[in-house]
Amino acid sequence: MDKFSNLTSIPSYLPLQNIDTDMIIPKQFLKTIKRTGLGKSLFYEMRYDENGKLLKDFILNKEPFNKSKILLAGKNFGCGSSREHAPWALSDFGIKCIISSSFADIFYNNCFKNGILPIKISEQIISELSEYSKRKEEIKVDLKKQEIFFGNKTVKFELDNFKKKCLIEGLDDIDLSMQKINHVDNFEKKMSSDKPWILLNE
Amino acid sequence: MSKTLYDKIWDNHLVHQQDDGTSLIYVDRHLVHEVTSPQAFEGLRIQKRKVRRPELTLAVPDHNVPTTDRSKGINDTESKIQVDTLRENCKEFGVKLFDVNDKRQGIVHIIGPEQGFTQPGTVIVCGDSHTATHGAFGSLAFGIGTSEVEHVLATQTLIQKKSKNLRINVNGKLPIGVTAKDVILKIIGTIGTAGGTGYVIEFAGEVIKNLTMEERMTVCNMTIEAGARAGLIAPDNKTFEYLKGKTMSPKEKNWEDAVKFWRSLYSDKDCKFDKEINIDGKQIEPLVTWGTSPQDISPVTGVVPDPNNEINEDRKMAMKRSLEYMGLKANTKISDIKIDKIFIGSCTNGRIEDLRLAASLLKGKKIASNVSAMVVPGSGLVKAQAEKEGLHKIFIEAGFEWREPGCSMCLGMNPDQLKPKERCASTSNRNFEGRQGRGGRTHLVSPGMAIAAAIKGHLSDVREIQ
Ligand code: SF4
Repeated sequence: MDKFSNLTSIPSYLPLQNIDTDMIIPKQFLKTIKRTGLGKSLFYEMRYDENGKLLKDFILNKEPFNKSKILLAGKNFGCGSSREHAPWALSDFGIKCIISSSFADIFYNNCFKNGILPIKISEQIISELSEYSKRKEEIKVDLKKQEIFFGNKTVKFELDNFKKKCLIEGLDDIDLSMQKINHVDNFEKKMSSDKPWILLNE
Repeated sequence: MSKTLYDKIWDNHLVHQQDDGTSLIYVDRHLVHEVTSPQAFEGLRIQKRKVRRPELTLAVPDHNVPTTDRSKGINDTESKIQVDTLRENCKEFGVKLFDVNDKRQGIVHIIGPEQGFTQPGTVIVCGDSHTATHGAFGSLAFGIGTSEVEHVLATQTLIQKKSKNLRINVNGKLPIGVTAKDVILKIIGTIGTAGGTGYVIEFAGEVIKNLTMEERMTVCNMTIEAGARAGLIAPDNKTFEYLKGKTMSPKEKNWEDAVKFWRSLYSDKDCKFDKEINIDGKQIEPLVTWGTSPQDISPVTGVVPDPNNEINEDRKMAMKRSLEYMGLKANTKISDIKIDKIFIGSCTNGRIEDLRLAASLLKGKKIASNVSAMVVPGSGLVKAQAEKEGLHKIFIEAGFEWREPGCSMCLGMNPDQLKPKERCASTSNRNFEGRQGRGGRTHLVSPGMAIAAAIKGHLSDVREIQ
């Protein structure tokens, strides 16, 4: 995974609550067996009309927002289906950071596996940040310091240390867990004597 | 120290814990389907990794499969590639597969319990958010992303942080005509679609205790719609009864030992939950959703709510958008809403008890002339059982289509889709915009309510046809 570096971008603002993963990437695009190429179908039903024509009014179709790396959205972002196609599509489009007052759990986790930083912050701050989107002004996100800079203001955001480290260093989860594989061996040994029916699945 | 059921399962599966609480937990059962697994197997191939415990993994194609005659294969090229890819991956990595024409094929969350693959006290994962279904057996079951699917395949573990404990007690008794689907819709309507975020929910109380295993699955299935990744119910004699003799259930001495262990799986009397919510069972009515979020519920006897009565601005906007999408006006009587399609099926309500209940209400009646209706059994075994009982005849004679098993119109990845503006009474679990087809309008209901709508041609009260 690519290492996460600091971001400076004009944010796009989607003032909707409960943006679900069906909205982020509809089912017809889940038939792929690849991780790439989903960016053009991101928010498909909001971005294109019935004939597949780009809707000029949708924010991500407009300059300069079509190059936004930061997305601001209403609460409970990423609810619904577990499809990792949602962060794949966002990342492929160029979104590297999503700021909302709350995220659905599975989506939140999926972001980190794909080099996307989801930031949880109060609705008050989101509404301040949305002004920057409206005025087409840049904001800056510093992952190391866990800070967002806008105008002459700085706000801190919370983040799990381990997740932060993985993003910064671009660490691969499987590699990390493989280093602990002797613990798994021991665990299985104990289980095969304590609860043999679990490993004996016929 | 006293523990909750979730604490017990968590502690039992802790392989390793870092100082910051990040944990490696063991996965006992892994279900795989064609949509969320190709990139995971591909990842293994690129890194030259193997599946650590293929025997703990079970795969099935369900999302993409056609529900009409399958002898001709899959028409849609991309769907076909995905199903073929699953087959090839299972072969290459030694994973057991119930292929399209296997009579055990079906929706992944229906076949797990059916086979006894799902067991109390286990950790069960699948690249699918409705994995919560398996929590009905007192297992910690939750959906994961594709990167995590790859992680489980390679290591049989997952990196997790522990969630908080939430208990929802549904007390008292349910009125006539009210079913498990109404119970979970009521819960979601009460706590909201983000109400369970960060928690594992334990469902308890007299109502839950009195539910059958299949009804408990309906409740746990939609835990994710309440924002929680996992919902569980303490196992009891009903659970053991249900599992006894299933193909993959423990046998003989192992069965005895397993049941003994399973009996220890409950929340201790004096344990503490981070949050507790009580719901009065007798206050629950047959429900429908009117909007595009599963929390948008109304009793069938009610009216479409008016956004102008809402004080919260964001909520008001969301409601307006929903009503516009749904083509509904505020204050319309729910029972005046005309329906075009009826869908009975999905991992929420595609089991044999659902079909029995639906058929018993439908017997000797016909569907209204303005609706088209279909039943999609949750698995090949459910279908076979229903046919053995003659249920299919009741459906067909009433005007329903009787289909092959799969996810079907729950999400419409196969040709079973709503057309723009078509309105559906559906026993599935999501009413999101475009979920059942672009522009399609979904009202989530119980199987009984779906039958009522089918007969009357509009949303209507199941108690009137009982
Ligand atoms: S039936 Fe619907 S909810 Fe269940 S697994 Fe299939 S698509 Fe998902």
